[in-house]
Amino acid sequence: MTKEQIRDAILEIIAQIIPDEDLSNLKGDIPIREQVGLDSMDFLDIIMELRKRYGIEVPEDDYMQLATLDGCVAYLDPRMREL
Amino acid sequence: MRVLTTFVLVLGVWSSLRLGEELTKHYDALIIGAGMSGLAAGIRLAYYGKSVCIVERHYRVGGLNSFYTFRGHRLDVGLHAMTNYVPRDARSSPLPKLLRQLKLKAEDFALCPQRVSVIKFPGKTLQFDNDFALFAQEVADGFPRQADNFQKLLKAVLEYDELNLYAKPISARDVVSSIISDPLLSDMIFCPLMFYGNAQEHDMEFGQFVIMFKSIFCEGFARPQAGVRQILDVLVKKYRSCGGELRVRCAVRSLECANGRVVSILLANGETLTADRILSSAGYLETMRLLTDYDSSKLTCPAGQLSFLESILVLDKESAEMGYNTTITFYSNSDRFAYRRPVNMVDVSSGVICCPNNFQLDKPLPEGMIRITNLANFDHWNGLSEEEYKARKAAWLQTTLKEVVKFVPDFRDSVILADVFTPKTIHRFSGRINGAVYGTPSKIKTGKTHLDNLFICGTDQGFLGIVGAMLSGISMANLHVLQKT
Repeated sequence: MTKEQIRDAILEIIAQIIPDEDLSNLKGDIPIREQVGLDSMDFLDIIMELRKRYGIEVPEDDYMQLATLDGCVAYLDPRMREL
Repeated sequence: MRVLTTFVLVLGVWSSLRLGEELTKHYDALIIGAGMSGLAAGIRLAYYGKSVCIVERHYRVGGLNSFYTFRGHRLDVGLHAMTNYVPRDARSSPLPKLLRQLKLKAEDFALCPQRVSVIKFPGKTLQFDNDFALFAQEVADGFPRQADNFQKLLKAVLEYDELNLYAKPISARDVVSSIISDPLLSDMIFCPLMFYGNAQEHDMEFGQFVIMFKSIFCEGFARPQAGVRQILDVLVKKYRSCGGELRVRCAVRSLECANGRVVSILLANGETLTADRILSSAGYLETMRLLTDYDSSKLTCPAGQLSFLESILVLDKESAEMGYNTTITFYSNSDRFAYRRPVNMVDVSSGVICCPNNFQLDKPLPEGMIRITNLANFDHWNGLSEEEYKARKAAWLQTTLKEVVKFVPDFRDSVILADVFTPKTIHRFSGRINGAVYGTPSKIKTGKTHLDNLFICGTDQGFLGIVGAMLSGISMANLHVLQKT
């Protein structure tokens, strides 16, 4: 997957978790939770969906690296590049 | 000969091991109890691909909230109403949160909001509905000198982080009395909150007070059109569709412990299961008693003391035909409300009267119903002979009715069927020590036990109420299973 595709994959997961939110103006460098109504339980579901859909394991200690959209892409790129 | 004996012995051990392997089914997670919290935890785990088995000792799911058929009438027990009712756009509140976590839609529960409920104490009445403004106005009108204090209390409630699992318990009585200076108003506020979710006598943990205050006064009541079975049906269907396994009439006999872990689960039918992690909704002390390393001297949690008498009545007409439109009435015939294990078998001086017909239903219920809840004493009920037990049930029903008709229209001539649940009944069906529906007063908020892979969810973890129970199952499944594996 390219970085662009990874970003789209994340956005698709978020859109499924919180379908009522508008994600079109989501900024890459600001924590996702500061921009849309996403609580810690919803955030966990992003991690769970990554495992369910792509088989990617994110250890609890790494959760913080996925706080922003850019962070997600940077963290997932080496893990999803080959998919 | 000796060689042969040894050979047979070795063969015997080997084959029984083999047999053992075949009989021992392994799961990522095993959940004890198919109540609201166990089912919710099960859905989370099964949805995210864990192999899960829920074992339920009763033949029916629901635990402390269930349903049954009695002489052809479909009756509910436990749940009077679902709390936390909010309009669909209130996304950050508990009910929408739990629907998102369980991948369910708001329509699935078919919630019908209440009409109006009331707190009746001598000389004072406070109405409330699902719009907080009514309650605030009622307090301002009924207690004009407390209006500002009530706003201060609301502020304290809204600022408190009740979901913090590591918060130190503080006394709600202390907090409330430092803000509200009229003890009557204070007791009127405590009454519904205690009846609907407090395990402690006399006082309440402030975090729990906040949860109940928000869920009842700030949010509100609703009834699933078809009652509690509607919620349970949705949960079971969702759980099964995610691949979860549910075994009913399947009691756990013991949890085998070694090296600080539960290594296997022995069922009452003799079967053995193994699981990486175990979530138990059976209650903290009840779960500890299942352990093979059970040591009562190490347990610091006291047993719960609060149990209830529930009277379920079918009427030949709806109470609205008697001019009664209130959904739930919380009453006390004394201006000091005493929430404690009663000295007598039942305490009728306070109670809850729920009229299931008085919700804004999509279609009318088939029958008129009234349900009444009063505090009751487990030991007194448990010690009776069968004959005496029946006689006391009938007698206390009459005593209860005589008291409640002081607060609602006299419906006694309309009763066509009555059934009574006692603390003994609750104990028999739920396994709760003392029939204590709200469990131990010392909650285990983190869900952790002294064993590495055994966790508590549900009532004794500490989020009470229907929505609370489901959120408890969800949070414990998230915290101790999904985040760890």
